[in-house]
Amino acid sequence: MADIVLDKVTKKYPDGALAVQEVNLEIADGEFIILVGPSGCGKSTTLNMLAGLEDITSGELRIGGERVNERAPKDRDIAMVFQSYALYPHMTVRENMAFPLRLAKVDNKTVDAKVNEAAKILDLGQHLDRKPSNLSGGQRQRVAMGRAIVRSPKAFLMDEPLSNLDAKLRVQMRTEVSRLQKNLGTTTVYVTHDQTEAMTLGDRVVVMRGGAVQQVGSPQFLYENPANLFVAGFIGSPAMNFIPATLENGELSTALGNFPLSDKVRRMVERGRRTTRDVIMGLRPEHFEDASLIDAAARSRGATFTTQVDVLESMGSDKYAYFSISGKRASSAQLDELAADVGVSDLGAGQAVARLAAASKAKEGSGLDVWMDLDKIQLFDQESGRALTYTD
Amino acid sequence: MAGIGGADTTGKKARWGLVNVLVVVYALFPVLWIVSLSFKSKKAISEGGFFPTEWTLDNYAAIFSTTEFIRPLFNSIGIAIIATLIAVVFGTMAAYAIARLDFPGKRVLVGVSLLIAMFPQVSLVSPLFNIERSLGIFDTWPGLILPYITFSLPLAIYTLSAFFKEIPWELEKAAKMDGATPGQAFQKVIAPLAAPGVFTTAILVFIFCWNDFLFAISLTSTEASRTVPAALAFFTGSSQFEDPTGTTSAAAVVITIPIILFVLFFQRRIVAGLTSGAVKG
Repeated sequence: MADIVLDKVTKKYPDGALAVQEVNLEIADGEFIILVGPSGCGKSTTLNMLAGLEDITSGELRIGGERVNERAPKDRDIAMVFQSYALYPHMTVRENMAFPLRLAKVDNKTVDAKVNEAAKILDLGQHLDRKPSNLSGGQRQRVAMGRAIVRSPKAFLMDEPLSNLDAKLRVQMRTEVSRLQKNLGTTTVYVTHDQTEAMTLGDRVVVMRGGAVQQVGSPQFLYENPANLFVAGFIGSPAMNFIPATLENGELSTALGNFPLSDKVRRMVERGRRTTRDVIMGLRPEHFEDASLIDAAARSRGATFTTQVDVLESMGSDKYAYFSISGKRASSAQLDELAADVGVSDLGAGQAVARLAAASKAKEGSGLDVWMDLDKIQLFDQESGRALTYTD
Repeated sequence: MAGIGGADTTGKKARWGLVNVLVVVYALFPVLWIVSLSFKSKKAISEGGFFPTEWTLDNYAAIFSTTEFIRPLFNSIGIAIIATLIAVVFGTMAAYAIARLDFPGKRVLVGVSLLIAMFPQVSLVSPLFNIERSLGIFDTWPGLILPYITFSLPLAIYTLSAFFKEIPWELEKAAKMDGATPGQAFQKVIAPLAAPGVFTTAILVFIFCWNDFLFAISLTSTEASRTVPAALAFFTGSSQFEDPTGTTSAAAVVITIPIILFVLFFQRRIVAGLTSGAVKG
């Protein structure tokens, strides 16, 4: 067990491509940290540099206080779980899990004890003598975990370990990974492109984009205080709604109408001391509500507008109402990048989603009075994408 | 409808079965003919019937009683095994590098080895003849082993690099993370998985060396290094008026046996899909 420090770690490929630029990160002993971002953001490269599978171009990597830049993977004492599991197909489950111990020349008795212990933790006891090809996806995944935990390394590195499982198993394994990490208390760096995994698993989340760290913080903090449009759009499902707006004299004018800034938001914008006219207003789906369900007190700190519900999805516990917003769509390089990763044409595509209480009488195709919480509005600079409402 | 579908597949199976039988008969008939000839007595050979009217082992006895066959058989086995061994060892190393590493000149190497494989061997016989005579390796084992390696290496490299490309690279990374040195990773993870490919290649190279006639007849002059395919051409009967058909057939049958043994011995190791279960679900 050890802490991991990345000090201006940079990866530059021989062809000049900058995969990771000056990543600074201090990972405490026993911490569960998530690297998240769309494909090509440098998260896997960062993990491979931690593992020693890729060279660090510049900067320093310290594990347990020692510089390990030049050390081979085998001398770093860290274990890795691969996306493809990378089990040795010619070995049984037992041999697979014992492999790191055999290489470390551990005596047979200890190997047996450790493998059996790991098998018990991971519920693999009855599969020890089978070959990986005879196991289900979930079992293979557990064998890969087992191979990592048998030798009690200083840290675990996990490269999208759940992305090959089906949706149901993924949720189940997610809690298992979380429990395992808590019980073992081993420093863990976990790479994923799935924001749900990032939110649910980590002590802290590192959002990356284009090789640079965008923001580091606890999942809740990132959710409530995104530093820019990218983080705001990436974290949260359904994603935050983005509506283009102009900010003048403390009043926002949008396609939904004109709203005054609430005191709270105004104070935050003033503290940020960044003023700009063209902004993007961000509001999460849960900060809308069916106006008829709101009491007078709450109504006074929000604004109400009328719109037509295009699509209504009832989840049982709540309802998602989709409505369109006329006028120009919110456009920004950061949003375009997010949209490209998700695979839709664009995120701020003139549509917004509101999460309404299950009691709402909203109907598809009919009008609805929607209330929005002005206190929760986030404002972003249209040009740079920086959050005007963000305070450290 | 299901019944009709079932009848349809049965009909299909029958048709394919018929085609298979035809192909097998077409391929095996000459072999069986040779086998039949090798058991015929001198009198029966001219009869023309498929089954010998007079069975005899005289032909086999005859070929094993002269050095005319035994010595070339020994040459053939020795030369083919040594050439196969060297070609497979070098081929494995080259193929691994081609499949895994990015090094300058990789394309050139692959291109050149393809070029060698395509080069007409006939056009090289005379130069090789002269070169080997001036080097003093004409009519020696190395004189045949060297060209065999040259022409089987491209084959070995191609077959093996295809096998190496099949092995997920992540296995090697995983081995490294588990604490293996590059040597250990190759020895404990990559080599066992590449074994089927190595054996397949060994069989192909062995058959190539074993069957070669062109180099064997051009680059040898005595029994010191003449291999069986070449020696067969020099078979004579006990007198010059005697037709050596019977003994030639017997020799042809005998030299087919090592190949069959070789394939039978290694086919257990050639299990398709050995790498299944390594990655993904």
